Amino acid sequence: MYDTNYHRAKDAADAGKKLRACDDGMYLSGGMTLLPTMKQRLAAPSDLIDLTYIKDMNKIEVKGKEVTIGATATHAEVATHAKLAKVCPSLAGLAAHIGDPHVRNRGTIGGSIANNDPAADYPSAMLALGATIITNKRKMKAEKFFTGMFDTALAEDEFVKAVSFMAPKRGAYAKFPNPASRYAMAGVYVADHGKGDVRVGVTGASQGGVYRPKDMEKALSKSFEPGSLEGCKVDEGDMLSDIHGSSAYRANLVKVMAKRAVVAAAG
Amino acid sequence: MAKVEITVNGKATSANVEDRTLLVDYLRETRNLTGTHVGCDTSQCGACVVHVDGKAVKSCTMLAAQASGSDVKTIEGVAGNGALHPMQEAFHQNHGLQCGFCTPGMIMAGIDMVNRLGPKLDEKIIRAELEGNICRCTGYHNIVKSIAAGAKEMGKGMKKAAQ
Repeated sequence: MYDTNYHRAKDAADAGKKLRACDDGMYLSGGMTLLPTMKQRLAAPSDLIDLTYIKDMNKIEVKGKEVTIGATATHAEVATHAKLAKVCPSLAGLAAHIGDPHVRNRGTIGGSIANNDPAADYPSAMLALGATIITNKRKMKAEKFFTGMFDTALAEDEFVKAVSFMAPKRGAYAKFPNPASRYAMAGVYVADHGKGDVRVGVTGASQGGVYRPKDMEKALSKSFEPGSLEGCKVDEGDMLSDIHGSSAYRANLVKVMAKRAVVAAAG
Repeated sequence: MAKVEITVNGKATSANVEDRTLLVDYLRETRNLTGTHVGCDTSQCGACVVHVDGKAVKSCTMLAAQASGSDVKTIEGVAGNGALHPMQEAFHQNHGLQCGFCTPGMIMAGIDMVNRLGPKLDEKIIRAELEGNICRCTGYHNIVKSIAAGAKEMGKGMKKAAQ
């Protein structure tokens, strides 16, 4: 790791101020991606501004169907929050299968979505849940937030403070993890918000990062059953291709995972 | 340089270290606690697992500065009163190791499992919970047995303490 300077932000305003005062600073949350990247010298921020000591920024609030999750809530905290597990078990279940127990104790939801790794789990949930991303500067819908692989609408000194959404009527996340790395080779989050509003988020598979397959949403909105997805086409040309799986393999996997998610959600 | 103040195995410690110092390096190099191992250095193998404020973390993927103000427990801190911790004893009795390199992380992960999930752990749970700990020798069989036995013993201790 190249040399760096570590700072702790006291509050949101202090975090922004500290970052703007640096040459080439970066916000640090759980560090489960950033620190390994720095160790490999693939990232070399001059300064790190630790957001995890900002008071109450890890709070999870559930009021009826309305859910707000603070950005520094760890995957373990999301996975084991009793009220959340009741209103949105699909998201708690997703969090329970990120990385391993030790990683889940450090990694955070804010860090995961701000990094927007094409194989990260949370971004698909944010799209399917129709989440609002709350930053230190503004609020925006998840569609506007995720702008491409490893890319978000966040400005240089902007960071995620929380995410909020209405718990869906039913939902599920199905992923096919790479057998070695356990990262999603395809992960599909399906959320039925009722009244024919079904949203789907796909992660791990596409070259453009997380996305919403509109034809799947349309088909499931008409009839929420796995058979509805038969006629849907996943374009091979949009899919990632690497030593772990060809684009054709991934295109098929997206459909299979979508079907599994629908089966699980329909319970 | 960062001034870090970390309670390690119940003892207050402090030092000036480079900001980029990893927690595992602070433990091994500054505190000479070499029981915590560095296996892969890529956050995968779990040989470096310690407990920070009661939670198992990979100390190769955390800066010492991030842990400043925290309470850290390492493998050196789990035994007490001249006796091995029940989880250590279980690894001994069940031959839960071959070369022993991954063992400190396995034991810290095993204790964490019991702390989170209670002493009744079946094989399926233990295997799933060992996702973040890699062993290249044993094929995991005896490690799983050891954790199950250690958990049971820890359960007895918990019962006694409750009484």
